[in-house]
Amino acid sequence: MEGFIHQVISGIATGGIYASVALALVMIYQATHHVNFAQGEMATFSTYITLTLINIGLPYWVAFLGAVAISFVIGVAIERLLMRPVANAPVLTSVGVFVGLLLIVNSVTGWMFDYTIKQFPSPFSGKPMLGGFLSGHELGSTGVTLAVLISVYLFFKHTRLGLAMRAAAFNPVSSRLVGVRVGWMLALGWGLAAAIGSVAGCMVAPIVFLDPNMMSGILLYAFAGALLGGIDSPLGAVLGGFMVGVIENLGGAYVVGTELKLTLALIIIISVLTLKPSGLMGRKVYSRV
Amino acid sequence: MTALLDVKGLHAAYGETKVLHGLDFAVQQGGVTALLGANGAGKTTTLRAICGMVRTQGAIVLGGKHIEGMATEDIVRLGVAHVPDGRGTFMELTVEENMRLGAYTRPAREATADFDRMFGYFPRLKERFRQQAGTLSGGEQQMLAISRALLLRPKLLLLDEPSFGLAPLIVKEIFGIMRRIKDEEGVSILLVEQNATIALAFADHAYLLETGRIVISGPASDISKDESIRRSYLGY
Amino acid sequence: MRASWLIAILVLIAAIWPVATFSGYHLFQLTMVVVYAIAILGLAILTGINGQISLGHGAFYAIGAYTTAILMASWDVPYWVTLPVSAVVCAGVGFLVGLPALRLGGLYLALTTFALAVAIPQVLKHKAFETWTGGVQGLVIDKPEAPFDLPLTSDQWLYLFSLFVGVIMYALAVNLTQGRIGRAMRAVRDHAVAAEAMGINLAMLKTRTFAVSAMYTGVAGSLGAIAVAFVAPDSFSVFLSITFFVGLVAGGAASIGGTIIGAIFIEFVPNLADKVSKAAPGAVYGVILIVMMFLMPKGAGGFVADMWRKLVKAGGR
Ligand SMILES: Nc1ncnc2c1ncn2[C@@H]1O[C@H](COP(=O)(O)OP(=O)(O)OP(=O)(O)O)[C@@H](O)[C@H]1O
Ligand SMILES: [Mg+2]
Repeated sequence: MEGFIHQVISGIATGGIYASVALALVMIYQATHHVNFAQGEMATFSTYITLTLINIGLPYWVAFLGAVAISFVIGVAIERLLMRPVANAPVLTSVGVFVGLLLIVNSVTGWMFDYTIKQFPSPFSGKPMLGGFLSGHELGSTGVTLAVLISVYLFFKHTRLGLAMRAAAFNPVSSRLVGVRVGWMLALGWGLAAAIGSVAGCMVAPIVFLDPNMMSGILLYAFAGALLGGIDSPLGAVLGGFMVGVIENLGGAYVVGTELKLTLALIIIISVLTLKPSGLMGRKVYSRV
Repeated sequence: MTALLDVKGLHAAYGETKVLHGLDFAVQQGGVTALLGANGAGKTTTLRAICGMVRTQGAIVLGGKHIEGMATEDIVRLGVAHVPDGRGTFMELTVEENMRLGAYTRPAREATADFDRMFGYFPRLKERFRQQAGTLSGGEQQMLAISRALLLRPKLLLLDEPSFGLAPLIVKEIFGIMRRIKDEEGVSILLVEQNATIALAFADHAYLLETGRIVISGPASDISKDESIRRSYLGY
Repeated sequence: MRASWLIAILVLIAAIWPVATFSGYHLFQLTMVVVYAIAILGLAILTGINGQISLGHGAFYAIGAYTTAILMASWDVPYWVTLPVSAVVCAGVGFLVGLPALRLGGLYLALTTFALAVAIPQVLKHKAFETWTGGVQGLVIDKPEAPFDLPLTSDQWLYLFSLFVGVIMYALAVNLTQGRIGRAMRAVRDHAVAAEAMGINLAMLKTRTFAVSAMYTGVAGSLGAIAVAFVAPDSFSVFLSITFFVGLVAGGAASIGGTIIGAIFIEFVPNLADKVSKAAPGAVYGVILIVMMFLMPKGAGGFVADMWRKLVKAGGR
């Protein structure tokens, strides 16, 4: 029983990471109906930026926030330069550009920071907490993730800019008619998604270590989370992310074994698409055949 | 009276399909101008052209400033509010959020005060304030759309078939309120309507559009009196 | 029509000629070009002609490769017998994998297949199948020798054998895509709603196309395993799937002939780029993808075809 509770709690801790990345994916999906296959690689790159800033002597949290800011700017720039021209292109074109972006970010990361696996510091103590159920890092990173998710929620729900971003995602034509600069809202969405990814990367790196392919598995869990919750529902994506974290941990411990955890993500994806394609909280998915 | 909006030689096209072929018309300061015509005549396109939502040629002058070729967002910020075809409701958002978006270009504090004025025109919106806009009835959505447009504090209000799909009683109610709005808000209106009777009663000047050309223009009262126009163009 | 037959024959002659002149390693590279061309052909049928996107065809390549390797290593099945077996296996797996995503938009299929590609090495490594798959170590298989005492080296024979299989696969593909079924596939890609109204069963056509596509790439995997004489999970990472996708786009998604250009591209460009730096191949792929998407949405094959058409037109005047 104790082992079970331990698995659930630590599943929630990793689930927070998946939830963040899933949220980043869904934010872009809602606004553009594109899935950013490069989201994971962008987060990895951001994590390297954090490490670089730490290595030049900045305190952890300064480096952390600096990387978040830089990631935001990079996200905005990518949208304006790369994504704008293909905004209305067919799916094949946009998937091509996203995969191209994935490859480029991955290569740039490898080229700038080399391919060796690196340790990444945690700002939290490594001691077990909560009666040994969680390490200090797991507890701290869950706290950070929750803080991010709640801030994002408050931003979208209670600020003018957040409202305008949501409006631009739902109904770009009407948004223009009330004076919302829709193009910039999309760019801000990309910036925000990149910033959230940056946080997720920094929180997961101390556990899985840092290398250029660090996020590829995590991206898969985030996909699974986003689909499980409903790919057009931010709240659903967050919930789905946490659920996938727990499912992954329990499944890894009791069902399929840790070697098949990624396959578990695949199974979740296929099951959701087969049984309830709209996810738990999404709107009905219409076949766009 | 001076013209708030002055349009000269307006052409518009969707891709290869030309829809407007050189329109000249004006909206007077503080006046109501009606744009009438059959389905597909190009009324909606004319409104879209003014807002920079389609490709155009020709001059569109708002208060002495050329606005052709400007981005929709910028035209809107010059004080042009557009209640589009189909009302343009943000279905997923609440009534309150829809109204906040209407006032998006203005300081938040001013907006909240304006909300009460809108509730004065449309008390129903106050009752529905926290409700999801997609659940409103057609008439309520039209009220919301007009409020959203007014919250911009526009100089020029473009209305695309406000009577569309509404019961006659509701149409009457809305046009009654529109009269009040015109006087109290000091806004000039360009009204597109299928329902010529109601439009001509409200407008002081009218244009008749046929397949992208203006075929008749004149004071609304003259047009509504003219037997032959009525029979051949307005069909009643 | 006659021109394209002429081109096909010229290509074939050009393809046989290296047997006599090329050294072992270069011949091996050409064998891999044929293998990749078949793999990309599978993708072209799916994506180019039918409009469905797969980012996970590396998985079918892996399944084909492992089917062949297991049959050869565990049961001593002759290499050429494994090809039809692996075709059937991959078609079946393709059918099952595609089924849930196909009814939804193209993006969902891209997502699912991407997930499949990321997950497949883990499955191949798993202990439960270790007796057959050889786990992380993989399997070594024998390189086939030329039959009937033909005076050919193993490399030469392998190249000719692959070429033979390739010609059959291409002939079948041309036949398939230029006939009634091909028209239906294109109709579904271009005007799904109209196609359905014309009585085409969308789900059926799409799942079957997916199965055929997986079969092609699976057979390529089998040939690849025979050529390399070795399979291991890490050769079939998600990067392989992305490589096929790059090859498809580079060759022009909807062009059958372009798949050969795509295959040449993915066989030789990484080798060249690798000399610059380890990061270069990925970067080159990424840049190529984005540039192709921006400049020539029809890809190199489509580009060449367009040029050809323009030339013919100019000549006719
Ligand atoms: N997005 C579009 N793309 C192509 N053609 C269009 C588009 N919108 C309108 N049209 C065409 O332009 C012409 C004018 O349309 P418009 O909507 O302006 O007419 P309307 O006078 O508003 O008609 P209604 O009274 O039915 O609303 C029509 O022939 C229509 O088919
Ligand atoms: Mg209209």
